[in-house]
Amino acid sequence: MTAPRPSTAVGAPTGGPRRGRVRAPGRGVPLPLLVPALAGLAFLLLPLLALLLRTPWRSLPDQLTSAEVWQALRLSLVSATAATAVSLVLGVPLAWLLARVDFPGRGLLRALVTLPLVLPPVVGGVALLLALGRNGVAGRWLDDWFGVTLPFTTAGVVVAEAFVAMPFLVISVEGTLRAADPRYEEAATTLGASRFTAFRRVTLPLIAPGVAAGAVLAWARALGEFGATITFAGNFPGRTQTMPLAVYLALQNDPAAAIALSLVLLAVSISVLAGLRDRWMTTR
Amino acid sequence: MTTRTVRRTGRTLQAAGAGAAALLALSACSSSGDASSSAPRSSGSAAASGTAASAASGAKRLSGTVTVFAAASLKESFTTLGKEFEKDHPGTKVTFNFGGSDTLAANITAGAPADVFAAASPKTMGIVTGEKDTAGPPVTFVRNRLEIATLPGNPDHISSLKDLTRSGLKVVLCAKTVPCGAAAQKALDAGGLKVTPVSYEQDVKSALTKVELKEADAAVVYKTDVKAAGGKVEGVTFPESARAVNDYPIALLKNAPNPDAARAFIALVRSAEGRGVLTRAGFLAP
Amino acid sequence: MTDLAAPRTGVTAGQGLDAHLVVDRGGFRLDVRLRAASGDVVALLGPNGAGKTTALRALAGLVPQAGGHLRLDGTSLDRTPPQSRPVGVVFQDYLLFPHLTALDNVAFGPRCRGASRAAARALAAEWLARLGLTDHAGAKPRHLSGGQAQRVALARALATHPRLLLLDEPLAALDARTRLEVRAQLRRHLADFEAVAVLVTHDPLDAMVLADRLVVVEDGRVVQEGTPADIARRPRTDYIARLVGLNLYRGEADGHTVRLDAGPALTTTEDLSGPVFVAFPPSAVTLHRERPAGSSARNLWRCEVAGLETHGDQIRADLTGELPLAADLTTAAAADLGLHPGAPVWAAVKATQTHAYPA
Repeated sequence: MTAPRPSTAVGAPTGGPRRGRVRAPGRGVPLPLLVPALAGLAFLLLPLLALLLRTPWRSLPDQLTSAEVWQALRLSLVSATAATAVSLVLGVPLAWLLARVDFPGRGLLRALVTLPLVLPPVVGGVALLLALGRNGVAGRWLDDWFGVTLPFTTAGVVVAEAFVAMPFLVISVEGTLRAADPRYEEAATTLGASRFTAFRRVTLPLIAPGVAAGAVLAWARALGEFGATITFAGNFPGRTQTMPLAVYLALQNDPAAAIALSLVLLAVSISVLAGLRDRWMTTR
Repeated sequence: MTTRTVRRTGRTLQAAGAGAAALLALSACSSSGDASSSAPRSSGSAAASGTAASAASGAKRLSGTVTVFAAASLKESFTTLGKEFEKDHPGTKVTFNFGGSDTLAANITAGAPADVFAAASPKTMGIVTGEKDTAGPPVTFVRNRLEIATLPGNPDHISSLKDLTRSGLKVVLCAKTVPCGAAAQKALDAGGLKVTPVSYEQDVKSALTKVELKEADAAVVYKTDVKAAGGKVEGVTFPESARAVNDYPIALLKNAPNPDAARAFIALVRSAEGRGVLTRAGFLAP
Repeated sequence: MTDLAAPRTGVTAGQGLDAHLVVDRGGFRLDVRLRAASGDVVALLGPNGAGKTTALRALAGLVPQAGGHLRLDGTSLDRTPPQSRPVGVVFQDYLLFPHLTALDNVAFGPRCRGASRAAARALAAEWLARLGLTDHAGAKPRHLSGGQAQRVALARALATHPRLLLLDEPLAALDARTRLEVRAQLRRHLADFEAVAVLVTHDPLDAMVLADRLVVVEDGRVVQEGTPADIARRPRTDYIARLVGLNLYRGEADGHTVRLDAGPALTTTEDLSGPVFVAFPPSAVTLHRERPAGSSARNLWRCEVAGLETHGDQIRADLTGELPLAADLTTAAAADLGLHPGAPVWAAVKATQTHAYPA
């Protein structure tokens, strides 16, 4: 007697909400989530909209034909990509170390690695000067042994951007690694793979989405990098003047030009990020 | 009374800025003198009593807060003068927002509540006068001259502006869009010289920092900056600097919440006492 | 206990597995001896947390050994890292690499052990064919059924030609119907395997069908070892007795009488002396409401029903009282007796239906 009753009870509501869902606005997204979500969206998009509204469209062609703009844009793209590459080469193994190898002080090290996230970028730039500058703790040896000085060079821009962007990659990859089942590595080991082969042929493909997400984050952060770059690498057109630097300096006496430059940076980043998202993030 | 709330937030930001600036010697951003002097509680009540004092016209007893937006190069001398002012007029407070003149000018035209604006160039003051935000014409109260900042002991034996054209020498200049860069360009043009720097810095302090950290061999900065850096850099004067002297204008602002005290502060800056403090910092009399 | 460690199968010095696994894991200590000849299939049977999987991982080299030794075909593996051990593992949920096809999963091992890409793939194809998986060679693991995934995992482990094959709960991830079929297939493949196979399971049926020999592990130690038939007939712990469905008691024998540690005495047909186990199935127990008059059963105890549950078409009664025991009876009999929790009953067992053996 009791068995049929719950089945009809279950049957009724399944039809009910489905019919209700069609009618309800927002497809049944609860209001306490919908309202803050839309407010958050507006908060993020409004400044970008304002930028568009205030763009001096008429003078835009003149602004965009200046060689300096394209120089800065090219430098921005090249250095952000190089910084992402550096972050990948150094950051993925670091993330693996933090996620997979148990050693004393790991928690502290994890906190230290994320420090550049909270450090004001200008402070990061000063710290880089003190470390890798011509007179810096390590930079002195670079200069003495190899004749390499990083400040005021494009390499310096890459270093500054990588310093600020790499933690994003490390955090993203480490999170993915911790979520990934370490027993796949063990399985690979029992099949004769060294720990490195296991990492390369099994773990890396497994965490590829996380690595891609981290790389995109790092690239975006590097592209927008200002404080550490101008402090460590200085500002010289064609060599160290990236788009954010050009925007900042244009803002000093020609706000219209600054807006135009920002628009270019924005358009390029959006198209690159959207392209990556389609190709990488969705193929899971 | 909305202005008061706006001011409070403004001060909180200043106080935060002061922390960041204290951490760094690089003050690209704003900074205020003493964080405790801008505590919102005291400034709130002081502002209220200040309005009352000015309402009761005739009573010339000054009180309340004077908010001064001033060029970063004025930091040391204005901080000293602010303390003098508070001593001379018990019950008053002087709060500062030091920063790049163009940024400050942009803040003022955007409605930032301030009583006094002291700029590092007539051009930046022009942004404010152009918006008719000053109460009366600005006056030049000091002038600043360029110097070459070199490493301590001048190891590269730089003695003239022409020496900066030597190859292998790492020179930093201010970006041409900021006053110290424009002035340096004027001086170089006057000497018929062309210098290729390793970097065009965003402001004068950044340029100086590069020499202080020995990353650059020389920078063209203001005499006052060389002086403020103490022994960390050595100044070299050069004759072309006479062709690029920077005038510092000061003005009372139209929407000054405390105009009486602001006028008194401007008077102090222009007095003999004020001039003494400023020349000790390396400024020239107008 | 020494007889437990002694080899029951003829392990010659040069062949098979000879292991004494000692692992310390924060408060838990595993100390297990395992010996097996080539061709043997050994099942490690035990409750959850007994240390079976740890033993398997120690054999594979995935957990460090705190002591003991491990020899395979006469070669010590104590210092051999896992990737160099001639050991193949089928993991509990198979752990097929999700980004590789079935073929590439199987080719992974040969490739890591130095085969060229083409050779590895050819070998893998051969293994997949042997396990009837040729049609699924190009499939990613998420498109394989549980039984297919299990066979791919087996092919992957066998493709490296291991001298020791380890299977961790090989059937646990399967549903009941697939399980029956896969168990039969696995039994065939294991019978074909020429080296030592060790499988871990908590299911006595899996163990008895698949293995030649059972090693029962409880709390990190071997508690009993022997053929499936031997273990089923002569359990030595409550855990095994429950697994094989017997009432088990320990006691002191004097002739045909055993004084049970649990209290009463019991008459057996065996003539023994010293410490013994006595076992009898629940179906051997008869229940009576009144004390049976003139009963020939001398093993008669006054009990009380503690619980009842259906067990197929039978009812199993859990009894407490003079001797705690389990009794099976038909539903009709249970109704006639008016059994309910708390009801007093008399329980009788014929001596001929008990089985006593030295402890």
